[in-house]
Amino acid sequence: MALTNEFVLEKIRTRFPEAVLQVDEPHGLLTLEVTPEINVELLQFVKEDKDLQMAFLTDICGIHYPDQVNRELGVIYHVHSLIHNHRLRFKCFLPAQDPKIRTAVGVFAGANWMERETFDFFGIQFAGHPNLIRILNMEDMTYHPLLKQYPLEDPTREDKNDTYFGR
Amino acid sequence: MSEVKPNIVAAPEGIAGEGFFATTLDKAVGLARANSIWPLPFATSCCGIEFMATMASHYDLARFGSERLSFSPRQADLLMVMGTIAKKMGPILKQVYLQMAEPRWVIAVGACASSGGIFDTYSVLQGIDRVIPVDVYVPGCPPRPEQIIDGITKIQELVKNESLRRRNSDEYKQLLASYGIE
Repeated sequence: MALTNEFVLEKIRTRFPEAVLQVDEPHGLLTLEVTPEINVELLQFVKEDKDLQMAFLTDICGIHYPDQVNRELGVIYHVHSLIHNHRLRFKCFLPAQDPKIRTAVGVFAGANWMERETFDFFGIQFAGHPNLIRILNMEDMTYHPLLKQYPLEDPTREDKNDTYFGR
Repeated sequence: MSEVKPNIVAAPEGIAGEGFFATTLDKAVGLARANSIWPLPFATSCCGIEFMATMASHYDLARFGSERLSFSPRQADLLMVMGTIAKKMGPILKQVYLQMAEPRWVIAVGACASSGGIFDTYSVLQGIDRVIPVDVYVPGCPPRPEQIIDGITKIQELVKNESLRRRNSDEYKQLLASYGIE
C-alpha cells in the first residue's frame, strides 16, 4: 500500500493532537511545523509505527530567520520510509536566546553527527547529546558562522575595495 | 628520420680551457639542484588534476628534471600546494612544510592557494602565505599545465641563483620567524 500525505498527517494528528502547528506540501513533500517538545517522540513514532516505518533519518539541519521574533532558530528533520518510499519533513522553531531542544541520538544513532554539525553552524543546544562539540569548523572558532548576523566573507582580508563590489 | 638532438643544460659561467673548467661552488650546486628538484604535491582540488596532466606524458615535467615525486616531505625540495586550503587544513600544511629539510621551496598553484580564490569565506585560508612562506605564485583557476611548468621554471631560476649562505642569513631567519618558525 502506497502511503499518502493525508494518511501520514492523520496518523500524526491522532497521536499528537495538539502538536502540529502548520502543514504545507511544497513539491508534494509533507512538511509540518510541530512544537519542539515532541521532537523525539515524533521521530520515535514515525520510525516504529507499523504503517509508516520511516526508519531512515535523511538529515537534521538548522535554519535562521532573524525576523521571526522568539522563534528565530529552526531545527529541521527529514525522515524517509524506505519500505514505502515516502518522505516527511518537520520543523521545530526555538527562540534565539535559548535555542535548546532534546537530542534524537536515542532514536537514530546517525543523529549524533548531524546534531554536532547543526550545533557547529547555528549554536543550537541538543540536550542529552553525548559529545556536543564542533565537527567541521576550527575548534577555536568563537562564533556560529551560519547565523545571519555574521558576514559570510573572511573578515581578515584587507585588500578588498568595497567600490568594486557595488557597496 | 631526422636526428633528434638531446637538449643538455648549458654550463654556468666560468673559465674554460684545455681540459679544465672552473666555476664557483654556488653555480655548480645551483645547476645540480635546479635540474633535479623533487616536488611534493599537496593537491586538494582541481589544480591537482591539472598537475596530473603536467606530470603525465603530454606535458611531462620530467623534461625539467622533476619526474621523481617525493611523497615524503623529508626528501622533497619543492612543496607544491595546489587547491583550496581550508583553515582547518592550515596547521597540517604547516606541519608538512616543517618536516621538509632545508633548502626548501614552495609554489602556490592556482587562485585558491595564492589568495583563497573565489572562496572568500569564513572557513577558507585566504592564501597559504598566511601560514608558510611562498616563493612562486601561479595564477589561474585552475592554471593550465603550461602555466604550472612556467612556475616550475621560475622556481628553477630561484634555485639556480640562490646564494649558498641565504638559508643562514638573518633576513631568512626573520622571514621564518614572522611565520612563527624558528
